[in-house]
Amino acid sequence: MPMTVTPYLARLGVKTLDQVEGFGQFNVFFAHALRTIPSVFTRRGWQTLLPQVYAIGVASVPVLLVTGLFVGMVLAVQTVEQFQAVGLEDRMGTIINLTVLRELGPVLSAVMLAGRVGGALAAELGTMRVTEQIDALRAMGTDPVRYLVVPRFLSTLLLTPVLTLYSILLASLGGWYITVQIYGIRSYAYWKHAAEAIEWWDFMTGILKSLLFGGALGIIACYKGFTCEPGAKGVGRAATESFVASFVAILVLDFLISVFLQALYRGIFGFKSVF
Amino acid sequence: MGEHNSDITPNESTPPGPGASEPILELHGVYKRFGPLEVLKGIDLAIAPGKTLVILGASGSGKSVMLKILIGLLKPDRGEVCFHGRRIDDLREHDLVDARGRMGFVFQMGALFDSLSVTENIAFPLREQRNLSDAEIERIVRDKLRSVGLDRLGPEFPTQISGGQRKRVAIARALVTDPEVVFFDEPTTGLDPIRADVMNELVIKLRNELHVTAVVVTHDMASAYKIADRIVMLHEGRLIFDGTAEQIRSSADQRVRDFVEGRASASDLETIKTRR
Repeated sequence: MPMTVTPYLARLGVKTLDQVEGFGQFNVFFAHALRTIPSVFTRRGWQTLLPQVYAIGVASVPVLLVTGLFVGMVLAVQTVEQFQAVGLEDRMGTIINLTVLRELGPVLSAVMLAGRVGGALAAELGTMRVTEQIDALRAMGTDPVRYLVVPRFLSTLLLTPVLTLYSILLASLGGWYITVQIYGIRSYAYWKHAAEAIEWWDFMTGILKSLLFGGALGIIACYKGFTCEPGAKGVGRAATESFVASFVAILVLDFLISVFLQALYRGIFGFKSVF
Repeated sequence: MGEHNSDITPNESTPPGPGASEPILELHGVYKRFGPLEVLKGIDLAIAPGKTLVILGASGSGKSVMLKILIGLLKPDRGEVCFHGRRIDDLREHDLVDARGRMGFVFQMGALFDSLSVTENIAFPLREQRNLSDAEIERIVRDKLRSVGLDRLGPEFPTQISGGQRKRVAIARALVTDPEVVFFDEPTTGLDPIRADVMNELVIKLRNELHVTAVVVTHDMASAYKIADRIVMLHEGRLIFDGTAEQIRSSADQRVRDFVEGRASASDLETIKTRR
């Protein structure tokens, strides 16, 4: 092997080992958070959970509503003329509602939350690490994962599906507005075909996806904050890495869940056409 | 007893605290490295109860690392840490809770929680560790705030008070559980001389009135002379001095003299000249 290749291989090896070690540490961190979840069912636990419910859940409602509304309207604008061309404009309710319920609603809501909530969580916890507040917790005998991570993880896990439902509702209304009010398609047809096409399975698919996306973005943000490098640059990098890693995790999870649930559906109910 | 060149042994000249002759904390052969950097190269130290130990050393000499190893925030790569004769460096985080409940730590910048008010910060260890009523916690917090001269503070948040006040709030928080030993990481750094002296008086008050063992990391010589019962000095990962304030003043070790007198070493000066 030429001598010039060796340093590159060595660096590649070191980088690979670092990545494997980082992934292992992330899993240990995640397992610790899962083990500590029962601590939230105490008076102190509720006191740490409720502020996070407000910061992560309530404060995110407006941005999720706007996201949903525009997603529904854009979807309608992009598809309505194609459906009119083949005489299927009455089925607009089917395609818009199924798309936002099973796919666009959960994914775009989670991406929006990864930016708004995940970035903020990583920056907040990163700042706490840099200013030794996390060390201070440990020095006082308090488990920082129990005190800081569990309330944030639970809030993102449980509130993301709720926020996603709000977003889906607004997407559905946005799609209706464009389809019915702008393009003059019958409102009855929009809602009738939507109701006929949507099953509980679709509803549960959306909920399951958003639950897993919420859990992923919450734990990734907390981990990035806890492992933040020193200084302002370190905090900034933690916030950025949190968003990028969450985004990738959401897309990968979305693919895996879609493949799994589709195979499961076919196994139980067989093929289903939306038309 | 005084200076040593290497592998210093625990200071036997330090008189034991009242009613206790066994060391409260011990380090045996503690070694720590971060990547290629060796920070501590085999530290042996026994800390007497009820006394104030000052750890001196240049920036980056490993003082803060040593302090964090003493309270278990960092694990040594080799060696042992004992608290009341019981080894604590091999304990898991959960098992350290009892020992940490008997210790307090004042961080360099205070490390107060931004999201909590002054009173909530001080009450935090009580709410986490003790099963006390709100009224009892309120009484203890008021008492501790008074003891650090900040009885007018309370609902303010850490960002709304001065650096000196933040450090005193941090001391009140460290003292709120009545710990046996308190660690101070550069308590006078960033304070004006008058505020720095207030901090010194607080440390002295801890020893004289509450018989608390204090371990203070600093490079402020005026503070060290005033508060120390015993001084040790770290240099390149080893203890090179162990003695009293009087002994360090008359040390013959050039490295100790340079530090005490605040004089750049010949090699430092040579480096500056070369770069210029």
